[in-house]
Amino acid sequence: MHLTSLSLSHFRSHKRVRLNVDPRPVAIFGANGAGKTNLIEAVSLFSPGRGLRRASAADMARRPEALGWKIAGSVQSADGAHEIAFTSEAGAARQVKIDDKAASQVALGKLCRVVWLIPAMDRLWIEGAEGRRRFLDRAVLSFFPDHAQAVLDYEKAMRERNRLLKEQVRDAHWYTALETQMARAGALIHANRVATVARLSEAQKATETRFPVASLELTQTEGAIPETEKDLREAFAESRFRDIAAGRTLVGPHRADLYGVFSAKGVPASDCSTGEQKALLISLILANARALAQDLGAPPIVLLDEVAAHLDARRRAALYDEICALGAQAWMTGTGPELFAELGDRAQRIEVCEEGLESLVVQGTNTH
Amino acid sequence: MTRRNDPIEALIALMARLPGLGPRSARRVVLYLIRKRAQVLRPLAEAMMAVSESARECLNCGNVGTSDICEICEDTRRANGILCVVEEVSDLWAMERAGVFKGRYHVLGGTLSALEGVGPEDLRIPGLINRLETEEITEVILALNATIDGQTTAHYIADQLPGQVTVTTLAQGVPIGGELDYLDDGTISAALNARKTF
Repeated sequence: MHLTSLSLSHFRSHKRVRLNVDPRPVAIFGANGAGKTNLIEAVSLFSPGRGLRRASAADMARRPEALGWKIAGSVQSADGAHEIAFTSEAGAARQVKIDDKAASQVALGKLCRVVWLIPAMDRLWIEGAEGRRRFLDRAVLSFFPDHAQAVLDYEKAMRERNRLLKEQVRDAHWYTALETQMARAGALIHANRVATVARLSEAQKATETRFPVASLELTQTEGAIPETEKDLREAFAESRFRDIAAGRTLVGPHRADLYGVFSAKGVPASDCSTGEQKALLISLILANARALAQDLGAPPIVLLDEVAAHLDARRRAALYDEICALGAQAWMTGTGPELFAELGDRAQRIEVCEEGLESLVVQGTNTH
Repeated sequence: MTRRNDPIEALIALMARLPGLGPRSARRVVLYLIRKRAQVLRPLAEAMMAVSESARECLNCGNVGTSDICEICEDTRRANGILCVVEEVSDLWAMERAGVFKGRYHVLGGTLSALEGVGPEDLRIPGLINRLETEEITEVILALNATIDGQTTAHYIADQLPGQVTVTTLAQGVPIGGELDYLDDGTISAALNARKTF
């Protein structure tokens, strides 16, 4: 899938933007703070969730006016063209419209797939498990749009259980009832994650790539992971006593972690060099995109924020080759046009600059 | 137009608080009532007065009626050993509209929710356990909403029922007269899993 047009109104630093794009990758360049990432953040909202900055709709409004904002785009997906629009009025949650009809996030997730890599993920392998879990769950969501419902159900039941724990309620039946619900949703979450890890591993191995292969494994801090509904029910019941002391639930899929190893070297991702860690992430994002392309008949939109800057010229050329081979509309940002030289006319170019307090977007004409 | 102590304004303000009505529709209703004073307004006021004096919750099942024990609980023909557990009186009335169920009901008055501070003692769960013996219940139908809270409550109750009582829940699937095309994926998969021989 790809965008054919994108327009922004009062979104972040952009007062008014209208872009017509073709299916080729989009190279966005401009000085720091010009508004490049804001542009791809807008594209990230075409997939369910809060976008690549995980910001609230109110934060996305242009300052200082803080009026509502609007993003609209035409999407070419496997089943045809769709007009998608997002609006947020005066800080309220964003509304999604697909072809002029109000639509749910799940409906959006079934239509659009967007995967991304942003500088905030640079420390993914060395930071806490939460970031890795979120990274994995985004990949899961791209394969299984219904994953979001399972996560919501699980979290709802867990919040209830955590309240019981905090209030030191001792009603075993109440715990059992909530744990049954958590186990049902939790088993589905786990199964989706296992399937996703398998898909990513498969897709990494299936293609000749110049990026290192990461072998992935689902782990948790202690003990074996409860996998089935029954395992989970037992694990929750067993953990109750400890959980009451902690005031929260200590076992379950919300505690899972993603363990990555640089396959060729047999070194844990967390011990790899900064550059290698980045390369492993790129490899995973590309694998995710390739697997989706296989499932859906068209590659997803790929967003790569400030990726070019971290790669040497050889790796950069390799990345561009693989993106072009994949045929994905990859929106990439970088400070200068020279970072995208290797793409030649395989990409379209957009320059973003700052004028006053407003981002100015200039669409390149030298590439057609 | 808004004058203090104006009974008409006061009536409009009260009407606007009713579920499903807003200020605009409240004004319309009040105007209609004033025009139909004899035919509607007076009988309505009398009916409301009568209900306000006599309406009460059934001590046994929680249904709303005009006596301490509701009609359904009084009716010995409905003592067939089957008890249908629902969240709210409106659910009971929905079941009664269908006119198919011949047993008795038990209205919980909500669902368990630790976050909202609703515990078992706030629902009629102890009363339910009592009724199993006194009314010789053999089957309990858990007709609760298919939400996390509804299902948690269903599990909570099922967990406490003695083994000799059969526990059932309502089926989930294609509504009567419904088209597959309009169903969400969850309902379709539930319907498929619960398919039966034609």
